[in-house]
Amino acid sequence: MSAATPTVTGHDVAEIARTYRGSFLRDSIVVARRNLRRIARQPQIAVFVLIQPIMFVLLFRYIFGGAITIPGIPYVDFLMPGIIVQTLVFGAATTAIGVAEDLKSGIVDRFRALPMNRSAAMAGRVVSDQVLNLMSLVVMVVVGLLVGWRPTGTPAELALAFGVVVVFALSFSWIMAAIGLALKEPEAVQSAGFIWLFPLTFISNVFVPPSTMPPILQNFAENINPVSLVSNSARVLTTGAYLCGEDLCTDVSANVLGSLGWSIGIMVVFVPVTAWLWGRLGD
Amino acid sequence: MTAPAVEAHGLVKRFGETTALDGFDLEVPTGTVLGLLGPNGAGKTTAVHILTTLSRADEGTARVAGFDVATEGARIRSRIGLTGQFAAIDEHLTGRENLVMVAQLSGLPRDVARGRADDLLDRFGLSDAGGRAARGYSGGMRRRLDLAASLVTSPEVVFLDEPTTGLDPSSRFALWEVIREVVALGTSVLLTTQYLEEADELADDILVMNHGRGIAQGTAAELKDRVGGETIVVELSDPTALDRASDALRDIAGGELHTDPRNGRLSFPAKGDRARLAATVRALDDADLDLVDLGLRRPSLDDVFLELTGERAVADEAADDVAQPTGGRR
Repeated sequence: MSAATPTVTGHDVAEIARTYRGSFLRDSIVVARRNLRRIARQPQIAVFVLIQPIMFVLLFRYIFGGAITIPGIPYVDFLMPGIIVQTLVFGAATTAIGVAEDLKSGIVDRFRALPMNRSAAMAGRVVSDQVLNLMSLVVMVVVGLLVGWRPTGTPAELALAFGVVVVFALSFSWIMAAIGLALKEPEAVQSAGFIWLFPLTFISNVFVPPSTMPPILQNFAENINPVSLVSNSARVLTTGAYLCGEDLCTDVSANVLGSLGWSIGIMVVFVPVTAWLWGRLGD
Repeated sequence: MTAPAVEAHGLVKRFGETTALDGFDLEVPTGTVLGLLGPNGAGKTTAVHILTTLSRADEGTARVAGFDVATEGARIRSRIGLTGQFAAIDEHLTGRENLVMVAQLSGLPRDVARGRADDLLDRFGLSDAGGRAARGYSGGMRRRLDLAASLVTSPEVVFLDEPTTGLDPSSRFALWEVIREVVALGTSVLLTTQYLEEADELADDILVMNHGRGIAQGTAAELKDRVGGETIVVELSDPTALDRASDALRDIAGGELHTDPRNGRLSFPAKGDRARLAATVRALDDADLDLVDLGLRRPSLDDVFLELTGERAVADEAADDVAQPTGGRR
């Protein structure tokens, strides 16, 4: 039995705790490290996260791709930037599932009864999930190169392309964190996290040029859907061009700034929403 | 006179149509253990959630360690420990990693957190298991780890929400020992339980709760006195001899003799008169009746609960359904 006020190497642990007011950065890192350990100890998660995008690449490259013609660009160069965006957007759904599992296990109650920073648990979750996303990104690039993708951008352009995509995925992780906190039940989150991603990523320019879609869908795919914008950013930075209508365009800044604007806008909304949901979990 | 460790006045909490707390009052004097006793759905966990700032009351006020739960949650969280009904530990982390994480999130620098984790693993008999993933732990080990996690910062007030629900008896007794050690340090404890025996064993004072409010408070002995005094119980080795035994004891028991043909048992109030016990022995001996058991029985808290609520308290573990984390469905 230790004394009434236990000390470790001369530190009074009760006194340290009483004066702790939480640190966003420090607490987020502690939580992120915990999540990374969980990922490392469940390698099957990473396997499943990676298998689906590889299947998509093979399906579209070799099954549908032969029937799709993109004027002026080999289909694989059109496909790979878009499918990387799609993969990372789907990867964000793991955030919703992870949040729901943490709620179910009771560890969230543990966190919420600690003096830690009140936004750190979600921030740690979102950041650690980007490590899975980066793994997906590396695998996708390798698979893309194997199936004939030949990016022509400079290293700086490629880095910017991947940066834009990862920041977009980060913003989607915040949406997914909010979905996880709002729905709570892992089964509900499992479907609600994924279901809307299918129309979002398919009614876009990820797989095919939107010009053949019905007008309403075409308008959404070309002018509204941020997935198209981010895909075009990745295309113009990796291949030097993207499809605008029937033509090839080469505008970099509008796409990149538009993509970052969407990402920032999503986070401006969903970081506070997530914090609000976190605070109301017990009600 | 120091402020109570925990005090609550008129707490009301509704979830949609359900009123979980309905004007709930409570006080835990500093350095004491209050047992909050009630069946499933009585509102025990809701009360704990409000007092640990996991949930907000719709009405009423509460202070923990001298701070207001509504406005000073951060100060409360840095002074309390919470062990829920489900072990809130990370299955994929080792025991040591769980404790280090909780310690760091409580503000301890990494080195101090590690030292504290080792101290607690040692104290809770988990040193050997400390390097293994918690998912391989037995139920009792998980609860001990969970309890250790709630004690990382040596909190002033500890909330134990049904800490032994679902444990087998030997794990339960082992956890009681650990809880007694915590109590011996002078920590104030609010313990919720469905087990009458557990409240009797661990708590200084017991608050009986039903339908969102306290219905009686006192020591175990005081509560038992409310049901009446001791009972003389006779169990015959031959149940068919019940009628003969009834005749033999009729004069002693007066009109208050209860018989139970299923197990050959007779009982009647002792009326605080020890001579009645001796007279019973003589009467049964004269009638040449063999006994399995004869004794004075103190009323159990189960009897108390039945008396107070008209409902049987949950007595068997099979009837337990473990409450959900705040994130779960209600």
